[in-house]
Amino acid sequence: MADEKTPIVQVKHLKQYFNIGKANEVKAVDDISFDIYKGETFGLVGESGSGKSTTGRSIIRLYNPTSGQILFEGDDISKIKNRSPRMKQFRQQMQMIFQDPYASLNPRMKVKDIIAEGLDINNLSKNDDERTQRVEELLNMVHLNPEHMSRYPYEFSGGQRQRIGIARALAVDPQFIIADEPISALDVSIQAQVVNLLQDIQKQRNLTYMFIAHDLSMVKYISDRIAVMYSGKIVELASADEIYNNPLHPYTQSLLSAIPVPDPEVEKTRERIDFDHKKHFSDDQRLQEVQPGHFLYCSDEQAKKY
Amino acid sequence: MEQVPKIPKEKFKLLHKKDNQAQESLGTPSLTYLQDVRRRLFSNKVATVCLILLGIMVLISVFAPVVAPHNPNTQRVEYSNLPPKIGNLDIPGFNGMQNMDGKSVDAYKAVNAPKDTYYILGTDYLGRDLLSRIIYGTRLSLIVAVLATLVDLIIGLPYGIVSGWKGGKVDTFLQRIIEIVSSVPNLVVVILMMIILKPGLVSIVIAIALTDWVTMARLIRAQTFQLKEQEYILAARTLGESSTKIATKHLIPNLSSTIIIQTMFTIPNAIFFEAFLSFIGIGIPAPNASLGTLLSDGQKAFRFLPYQMWAPALILSIIMIATNLLGDGLRDAFDPQSSD
Ligand SMILES: Nc1ncnc2c1ncn2[C@@H]1O[C@H](COP(=O)(O)OP(=O)(O)OP(=O)(O)O)[C@@H](O)[C@H]1O
Ligand SMILES: [Mg+2]
Repeated sequence: MADEKTPIVQVKHLKQYFNIGKANEVKAVDDISFDIYKGETFGLVGESGSGKSTTGRSIIRLYNPTSGQILFEGDDISKIKNRSPRMKQFRQQMQMIFQDPYASLNPRMKVKDIIAEGLDINNLSKNDDERTQRVEELLNMVHLNPEHMSRYPYEFSGGQRQRIGIARALAVDPQFIIADEPISALDVSIQAQVVNLLQDIQKQRNLTYMFIAHDLSMVKYISDRIAVMYSGKIVELASADEIYNNPLHPYTQSLLSAIPVPDPEVEKTRERIDFDHKKHFSDDQRLQEVQPGHFLYCSDEQAKKY
Repeated sequence: MEQVPKIPKEKFKLLHKKDNQAQESLGTPSLTYLQDVRRRLFSNKVATVCLILLGIMVLISVFAPVVAPHNPNTQRVEYSNLPPKIGNLDIPGFNGMQNMDGKSVDAYKAVNAPKDTYYILGTDYLGRDLLSRIIYGTRLSLIVAVLATLVDLIIGLPYGIVSGWKGGKVDTFLQRIIEIVSSVPNLVVVILMMIILKPGLVSIVIAIALTDWVTMARLIRAQTFQLKEQEYILAARTLGESSTKIATKHLIPNLSSTIIIQTMFTIPNAIFFEAFLSFIGIGIPAPNASLGTLLSDGQKAFRFLPYQMWAPALILSIIMIATNLLGDGLRDAFDPQSSD
């Protein structure tokens, strides 16, 4: 891939703290840096509460980052103001797909109006006919029957709703999509369906994805590179194959050991690796490149070993 | 594939064709959300009847000067306490007959009223036409109800939304104000108001306006807090929707059941509050009528002249029941998921 080396998103020392200065201060994201290249699928994996959603929401500027930079196509978007022209433009370049298909669609709006929301905000359709036509195209793209556009969300199944959410994100023709656990609330039987749809659309439209998940089982198949997150920090970042075949960080190893295998012989002997926070974290650690393209959160000493 | 016996085409027939068509037409694309709400409301018979009843009451109140058969405040002491009578029709209960010392007497003859003088709902102790007084009284109660609702919607609703949506310091500040306002009982406000203003509609409405929006604001704030974390609101924000648009497109439709239910409390509360103030004598000053003063007057003579209390009590009950049932209907109508 020729594209692989052009970054579309560059995150530099991003910090996102909540309730700063109060007793309940949370360092949800604590100094993370990574690049996402054009056209790739970047997986972000970690346990619940590790700060994955917060990372996604900071990048798409639902939050105001505490510090650090977020470059989108070389342009720092971490400080642009709401309602500024640059923000309006940015809102069309980056979109998000949400986790809960039941909470991500306004129950009192028709599917047509849900999907057309982005068109309406940005005046992307000249008249009603064009608007309807765009919504039809989008519904077709996510394999839903356009005749259903005047129905309400409750008339659809979880998988169908998730596809409506995808259509809504695609309406403004974004280049980069953050998918925050888009399949974890779905029935296993339709997870693959939605993932395949996302991959087809990625090919058609040349999209870049950041795919958030809480375990490695699905992500390792669909991601080009994977970042493993733990307690607000990225502990390991490498290509999907590297993460899978050559995990260096004990936390990654523990995550891999948690994936069930559809083979009774292997399952019988599968050992879960426990992960002990205190044993593996100290203050002198940082994310460093220990092998080409393979980043590990470790101290300088540990890095020398590789 | 070869083994499968061929089934002739004619044997297939489309089941539920009608159902399918109904489903398709169920979503004719031209219907907007509000049109849908109206359709669902009118498909609810109880709510429609209540809407019509209330509509009639509102119309009569608006056109009270035209509709009322007499001036509600004209006293004719010689015709005091006459029982109901409709024309010269001999309808039991509405024929001017009254029970006196065990005998049925034509009360109108007893006071030498001309043959064409009659009062459909009778007269009160000062000879004022009760029907006209009820019409004017209803008008006043409805004005109080409408004003209280408007205050709820104009002050309470935006206040609650802003407080919940902004959160943080803005919210803390706004909540302190609410605590101060709600710590003053509204009876005290009315009494203070009467020092500055004369007792009457204006002081009642101001007292309601000052205190009544607080409950609405609180409820709306609590719900806004919940709603603003919903992913569809986040989605709207990532699409660049402005806060005002989020409030009107996403928050208010999803707050509608709270708004309606709270309004259904506000309306009877306001009517009762006015009735209560008038009843204890610091509400609407004589000779003007409100449902409260009518009940208070009627209650004094209830044992002997029950009709003087039945009529206003009935009207008040109808208003209460109708607003409640209409409220239920509206709440369902605003919810696409309610069966229709
Ligand atoms: N708005 C907020 N205010 C305060 N704390 C927050 C806020 N949002 C998230 N947090 C905290 O930040 C931490 C990271 O949360 P985040 O939602 O990013 O985790 P996550 O990795 O997405 O987890 P999950 O897999 O459960 O979605 C958590 O401890 C959470 O409680
Ligand atoms: Mg999350």
